[in-house]
Order: sequence, then C-alpha cells, then structure tokens
Amino acid sequence: MEQATTPARTVEPFEPRLTRIGAVDAVALEARAADLAKRSIKRGSKLEALDLIVRMIDLTTLEGADTPGKVAALCAKAMRPDPVDTSVPSVAAVCIYPTLAGEARRRVDGSGVHVASVATAFPSGQSPIAIKVAEARAAVELGADEVDMVIDRGAFLSGRHAEVFDQIVKVREACGPAHLKVILETGELGTYDAVRRASLLAMAAGADFIKTSTGKISPAATLPVTLCMLEAIRDVHVETGRVVGMKPAGGIRHSKQAIQYLCVLHETLGRDWLTPQRFRFGASSLLNDVLMQIRTQKTGVYESPDRFTVD
Amino acid sequence: MAELEPRTDGGLEWTYAPAPESRAIVSFEERYGLYIGGETIEPRSGEWFTSISPASEEPLAEVAQAGPEDVDAAVGAARSGFAAWSELRPAERAKYLFRIARIIQERSRELAVAESLDGGKPIKESRDVDLPLAAAHFFYHAGWADKLEYAFPNRRPQPLGVAAQIIPWNFPLLMLAWKVAPALACGNSVVLKPAETTPLTALLFADVCRQAELPAGAVNIITGDGSTGAELVRHAGIDKVAFTGSTEVGKAIQRELAGRGVPHTLELGGKAANIVFEDCALDQAIEGIVNGIYFNQGHVCCAGSRLLVQESILEPLLGKLRNRLSTLRLGDPLDKNTDIGAINSRAQLDRITELVASGEAEGAELYQPACELPERGFWFPPTVFTNVAQSFRIAQEEIFGPVLSVMTFRTPAEAVDKANNTAYGLSAGVWTEKGSRILWMADRLRAGVVWANTFNRFDPASPFGGYKESGFGREGGRHGLEAYLRFEG
Amino acid sequence: MSRLPVKKTYKLFIGGAFPRSESGRTFVVDGQNVALASRKDARDAVRAARGAFARWSGATAYNRGQVLYRLAEMMEARAADLAAVSGGRDEVERSIDRVVWYAGWADKLAQALGGANAVAGPYFNFTIPEPTGVVATLAPDEPPLEGLVSRILPALVSGNAVVAVASESSPLAAIELAEAAATSDMPGGALNILTGRKAELAPILAGHADVNAIDLTGANGDVAELERLAAGNVKRIVRGMPAGESLWEIEPLVEMKTVWHPVGV
Repeated sequence: MEQATTPARTVEPFEPRLTRIGAVDAVALEARAADLAKRSIKRGSKLEALDLIVRMIDLTTLEGADTPGKVAALCAKAMRPDPVDTSVPSVAAVCIYPTLAGEARRRVDGSGVHVASVATAFPSGQSPIAIKVAEARAAVELGADEVDMVIDRGAFLSGRHAEVFDQIVKVREACGPAHLKVILETGELGTYDAVRRASLLAMAAGADFIKTSTGKISPAATLPVTLCMLEAIRDVHVETGRVVGMKPAGGIRHSKQAIQYLCVLHETLGRDWLTPQRFRFGASSLLNDVLMQIRTQKTGVYESPDRFTVD
Repeated sequence: MAELEPRTDGGLEWTYAPAPESRAIVSFEERYGLYIGGETIEPRSGEWFTSISPASEEPLAEVAQAGPEDVDAAVGAARSGFAAWSELRPAERAKYLFRIARIIQERSRELAVAESLDGGKPIKESRDVDLPLAAAHFFYHAGWADKLEYAFPNRRPQPLGVAAQIIPWNFPLLMLAWKVAPALACGNSVVLKPAETTPLTALLFADVCRQAELPAGAVNIITGDGSTGAELVRHAGIDKVAFTGSTEVGKAIQRELAGRGVPHTLELGGKAANIVFEDCALDQAIEGIVNGIYFNQGHVCCAGSRLLVQESILEPLLGKLRNRLSTLRLGDPLDKNTDIGAINSRAQLDRITELVASGEAEGAELYQPACELPERGFWFPPTVFTNVAQSFRIAQEEIFGPVLSVMTFRTPAEAVDKANNTAYGLSAGVWTEKGSRILWMADRLRAGVVWANTFNRFDPASPFGGYKESGFGREGGRHGLEAYLRFEG
Repeated sequence: MSRLPVKKTYKLFIGGAFPRSESGRTFVVDGQNVALASRKDARDAVRAARGAFARWSGATAYNRGQVLYRLAEMMEARAADLAAVSGGRDEVERSIDRVVWYAGWADKLAQALGGANAVAGPYFNFTIPEPTGVVATLAPDEPPLEGLVSRILPALVSGNAVVAVASESSPLAAIELAEAAATSDMPGGALNILTGRKAELAPILAGHADVNAIDLTGANGDVAELERLAAGNVKRIVRGMPAGESLWEIEPLVEMKTVWHPVGV
C-alpha cells in the first residue's frame, strides 16, 4: 500500500510512534465515571454551564431523507436556537451529509456556525479508500470546514491497525484546512482497551478531534467511554504537547447528562478543555432540553416542549 | 458544586463551590444515656463527656461515661438478654435481623449525615459505602441465623453467651454492624462500646433496635473512653471479646485475657503494600492508589499506605499521581463534592503531624498539593513521600492518616519481600494485567486480604482479617461466624 | 344496604403481567373462573422466563436476596387473602417464613456449594455454582401455597427463571402469590405461573427444548413419559420435598463451573 506523505500540520516523526498503549480496567473506569457523574453543580452556575453546552453542540441531521429544506430549518435553529431569547448563543456547528454541505454553507456563512460534514462512507466506512478520500475532499470543496470521518472498523477489528492509520493520514491530507474529527464507533470496538488503542492511533495519525460514535448504533456515547478517550488525549498531550479535542455523540438527550460530561472533562483535562475549540456534543434533541432548562433557570417555571421549535 | 465564569476564548472557568447535604435530616438529643436492657439509663458514674464534630469543633451531644457499675449493669442485662434471645427459634432471630437491616436502609440518609458529622468522613463515603455495607451486613447475617448447621456440618454450633465488643472511630456504624450482626445471628447477646470520639451512630442504632422491637438486653451499648473498654474486658461475666483498634491496645487486651479461657478475636493495625507493576492499567491504578490511602482520610486499618512501584514506571506514575492529587477536594464533610474530610481528633492530627515531620527529618521528599485548610476543625492535606527507605518510621509505623510512602522494586520477588517485611499483615494490593502474576503474588503475600486491580472492597460475604500483628480471626463470610460459636461436635 | 363486592379475576402470570389464556378457556374452582392455560401459554411463559433469565441471574446475589425478602413482605401484607385460598393461616405463615429462609441463601450459595480446589499443579482452581437457566416446576397439589413456594424458591434464589404449573385442585393460592411477586421488584418473567391441567401442560414443558430443568415433585399421571420427553434436550430432572427447607433442595438446580488459571510470575 502506498505510504501517505506526512501532512504539514503534524509534528510526530514519520514512524507512527504511539503513546504507551497499556490497558484499561473496565470496572475501575466505570466506577470512576459513575463517581464523577455525582458531582453537583451550583444552581447559580447552571446557566453558564448550559450556555457553554449550547455553544458546544454540533447540531446534527444525518438521515437518508434529508433535503435542502430540512437542512435550512436546521441551520436556522443552529444560528438562533431560541426564537424568543436572543441572548442564547449559536451552536458550534451543523453536522450533515456531504451533498447538503453546500446548502448548509449558504445558510450559516458569516454567522460563526461551522459546517461539519461526515465523509468516508459514513456510517459504515466499508468503501475503498480512494472513494473515501475523494468524498472527504469533495465535502470540503462543497463548503464544509470540518470533516467527521469514520475509522475502518473492519480493518481495526481484523488487526490491520497500520491500514487504519494510513487511511486517517490520507483523509487528513485531503481535508486541507478543514479540521478533522475521527469517529471510532466505540460501540463496535468491544473493549475499552480497544477504544484506547484506536484513540492513540487516530491521534498519532493527525486527528484534530476524536469522536465516540456515528450515532447510528447503540451504545453510542457513554460517560466511561468518554473518560477512556479523554485519558488517552491527556496522555498524548502530556507526552507530545499536542492538543486534540473530543466529541461524544449519540445518546446525550438531557442537560443533566451533558453537565455530567462536562464534569468528566473538567476532572480529567482541566478547564483549558472547557471550550468549543476542544469539546463538542454530537446531538440533536439535546438542544431543546438545554433551551428548556435555560428558560427555566431564568423564569423559575418548568417548561413545556411545545414552546420550543422542532426543526 | 461548580462555580463557572465565562472566559474570553469562549471557554469557562470552573471551580466547585459547596453542595451541602442537609443536616436537618438528623436531630441529636442533647444528651444520650446508656442503652442497657432495652432502656436508656443515666450512668451510675454520674459522668458525661461531649462528642464534637471534628470538622468544626462544635459540640454535637453529651454522652455518658460508663463506669465500672455501668459496665456491670450492662453485662448483667446482656446475660438476661442472652437467655431470652437464645431461646427464640433461629428463624425468629433471623427475622429480627432482617428488620434491623431494613430499618437501616430506610434511615440511611439520616445515619450517614450523623456519621459524617460525628466522625468527619465525607458524606459521599458514609452515604455510598458505610451505610449500604452496614445494612448489607445485617441482611447477610440474618440469613445465617437459622442455617448454622450448614456452615458447620456435624459440629452442633452453639452461641457463646455475652459478647463484649469494642470498636474504633474510623467506620463507627459499619464496625458496629460487623460486630453486632454475626454475634446476634449466632445467638449471642452483645455489650458494645463504641469509640470515644464517635458514639453517636451507635446511640442512633439503639433507636433502630427499639424500632425493630428487638428483645431487651440482646444489644446493650455503653459509651465511654478507653477505661470503659478496659473495664468491660476485665469483667468476669463476659463469654467472648471482639476488638477492632490499634495493635497496641489489642496486645493489652490479649494480655488481660490470658489464662481466662475467653475466646477473642482482634482486628488490629496495618501497613499495607500497594504493589503496582509496569503492565498495570495505569489510570485505574492511580484511582486505586488514591482510594487506597486517601479514602476516609487514610483512617483505614487496611489502607494502602506503602506504594511499591515497579521502577520502570515510577516517573509516569508519579506525574499522574501528583496531577490526581491536585483534583482532590478537602473540606466540609457534608459537602457532596468533598473527597477528603476531617481528621477524627486533635490527638490523631498530632500523631500524623509528628510522623510526617519524622519523614522529612529522615530524608524523605514530601509532596502536598496546594490545599486550603478550613480554620476550625482538624485537617491534614493529602501527602506523598518519595525517596523513602524501608527503615524510615513513615514506612514502618501505621500513620492512620492521608500520607503515602512511595518505594520502588524491580522484580515480583523483590516486591513480595518488601511487602512482607513488616510485623503487620492485614491487606495488600496488586496491580497488573497479568492474571498468573496476580495469583502468584497472592500466594506469597502474607496478608489476610489481597486486592487485585482494586482496593478497599468490602462485602459481608467476604472474610476480612489479618495475619501476624494485624490480629487474628475473620469477619464476614461463613468464616466470620466461627468467632461467635462454640461447638459440641 | 348490602354492597356488591368487586370480584377478582384469576388470570395467568406471565412476563410480570396477568394475561388470560390465549385459548380463552377457563375452568371453575370454588365457584371461581380460573384461566385454563394452553400449550401456547406454556410456550409464551418459557419465552418470558428465558427473556428474564439474563437480568435475574445477572443481578448480585445480595439483590436477589433482597427481592425475595420483599416477596415475603408482600405475602405478609396479603396473609388474609392467601389464607382464604389455601390451607389457612398456619400454611401461610409457614410459607412466608419459608420464603425468608430461602431468601437468606442467595449470597451464601457460592461459599456453601463452591470453593477453591487443591489441584496438583501451579494452577488456581475454583468451582462456583451458577443457575441452570429456565426451570419448569410442577407444583404439588397439596399444600397449594406451601408446596408451590417450597419448590420455586430454591430455583429463584439461585438465579433461575421459573415456569410453574400451579396446584390443579387449588390454583387460586398461586395467583395470589403471583400478585405478591408482581409487587416485589422481581423482574417480569423471572417467575411465571400457569393454572390449568397438569396432564396437558406437563408434557409440553417436559419436551420444551429451551427448558433446562424440570421439577417433577408435583407430577402426576405418566411420569415416565415426562422423563422420556425431558431426555430430548438432556434436561436435569429434579424431585424434592413438597414442603422442604434445605440447601440440598437448591443444589440440584445449579450448575458447577470450574475455572483454572496458572499461577506464575
């Protein structure tokens, strides 16, 4: 297989040198995540946390039935989530299929909302590499400034790790200036050991973000798997100085859960990572729950879903 | 709780602020008498002392100082109580214990808050560890009460009579459960003396016994200082002694009981080695190390107070450990976010301080994360010593505080030698992903409890107790019943 | 003014719910219409039991013990109702105490029935008891409550899921018991109770390939035929005391798993 050239952005030596892979004890990891989930957040600070969560959301629609009309509605919601309260900020990005990147770009251009397109035969990744690379390049040409790719799980699970690595390097190159998120599809990997190995591999190959899931299978994001990936990010950061972001996606529907993710993030990587530049939520229904909570924090009254737009 | 402020880069400042558990759920009496023969009575000694909160030094309640006459009354009540209790059908004894278990579950939050107030441990621990385990111990032992012939086939087990039980201040209600549940399940009656600095949950337990309609005299609780305990052990009317506490006092008890033919079990101190191999799951090992020595402020007999690290991973491990220490939150025990609570007493704080000073004097290198200590109360920050030699006092003596001593080893055999090089033998930890090595180490470690890839795990079904000067006898499991029985076969 | 009571409808207990027989049939006992279970109800019950087995056997032993203790709590609350449809107060009290007795075994079976084995070689070897899976129980006709309880508790406490055929002559006690089970936090499907004709239901359960053990304590009719049918998937065949209380009533319903691991540096 042809070796990819080292992309300009990465600073590691050409040979993929992974941070110590090691092992992950599942029982202890899950216990630690459960413990962190019990951290309490002060009522007075809840509003800031909810505001941050909105700013971290990649508002997502990834359906076969997506149309320009659907994407237009999504973008309107992304730019102005709460029709009534204009102090509610925009989300971080919209996340769509490549064919809709153009429409999304037209809609959000100038608003600060990014356009993240999936690519590489999302969600399965079961396509020849040339096509996956071409798709990534096309997504960027069509208007995406972020690309969410999937790793080749077939290659990973059959032990062809170098091939997984090479694919990421090639896609990274094809993305050019766009920033690359690498989806591990943790729900298919079977063990936290595998999640850690895939995380380290993706980071060595040049990922700007590592992401848990496509959201198309269950389990999607969980607190323990997020903790596992954040620990891998920490190890890479300590060893090489590289900053890699993290994105849990799928299954995060309630503000309370999102706040738990922020607690795990804070406890593992510290406050420098509490920013949309380094952490995103891949979500759709989460946004409305956060908006409801924001309004409740401001008015003191429990909200009804009827009073928030469905997009 | 987190206090959040926006940053200019779109991120957030994040610090925690108090998240207090409400203390309104528990109300202490102004004064607690002795619980003897199912009644609360004034001490014949006429003496009282105050139990304070070690986090704030505020007084919580007055409790009785039981004198020799009070001890005598308690043993007498336990004698009649034994007659009534042992006469019941075992299935009926079981049902009383199930009731107690249920009531503890129902009053869990109240008891957890009381425990944290009186003893200083974080509510997170009393709520999530002490209370569930206490209820579980009663539940577990209730099930044995009418099945003893299965635990000891062909031996015709019988109760001993009046069990004198003396418990420490580090897990007051849980230690009460560890003692009272098996004693009652085996048909004995009990005279229990809780620790001087933590009598209150035992006195609330007396109320649980009342709610359960426990027959009078089955459980008797006498509060007091060390002299009360000594008086109890000296009493001619007791049939069994169970003690958990320091090795020093354990030896004194053993000397006192010499020649008297009174069966006794001792659960004493420890200086456990927590052994970390290079192939461990490192982040989880860090959690285990931290839990091993900072859980309950290190006031744990089986605490992993000596960290033996394989030399090849010393630096990365220490880096992660220091980083993790900086996230530990020390403060109000009733704050749900607190990891490290108050030191139990002025006396214990002085002891810890003295030993830590000796560590520095002997040449060890001290690390403590930046830690704001509250003004009132007894506090000690989490501490790590590196550059420690086996001979240093901090590596030999039980500190019973949040102080970890780090030493290195090169091979498994060397780790075993260093781990066993102590008069204690209560527990040990082994961290490696290699199964055969876990079992090889467990085979060779002279400790009553070996935790592999975990630490500080307790269960009523799992026998707990020490080798060597950490004591003898086991608590929990079928093995733990033996201490409370005599055998006709 | 006299008041017309609202009479209870006695249905089957399958998957935590109370369905009628899919056949629509009933039979009359003490002036009461009782669901007459069919082969398809038996099939559904086995499916429900298999579905619940993972969760029930996967719970901690402590949790199982607590759930079964709560079953006793619920039975105690219904003691009068249970007495009215069984042998009376004495039988009910014995039955409740029987449930408490067995509940207390949940977290002790591993110690009592298993242990480490001293093999000749550098291996750690241990044996642990595990539930066999789905147990079909033919409950004794008498005593209608105590007999049922004495047979199903050994199966449940060790983590098995149960399909029980109630006493044919006095089935009402079984459904009262089912109501207590339904409020005991037991996962739906861990216990299933069929009322009807043993002669009709027993062969179905004896021959069912997804049933792991059959308890023939309350079997009547052609028992040899039931044993022949059971051989179809090598079922464990169990018989016990109709109103017994012993660890050895539990033991036939568990499998012993032995694990080896080398001991080496």
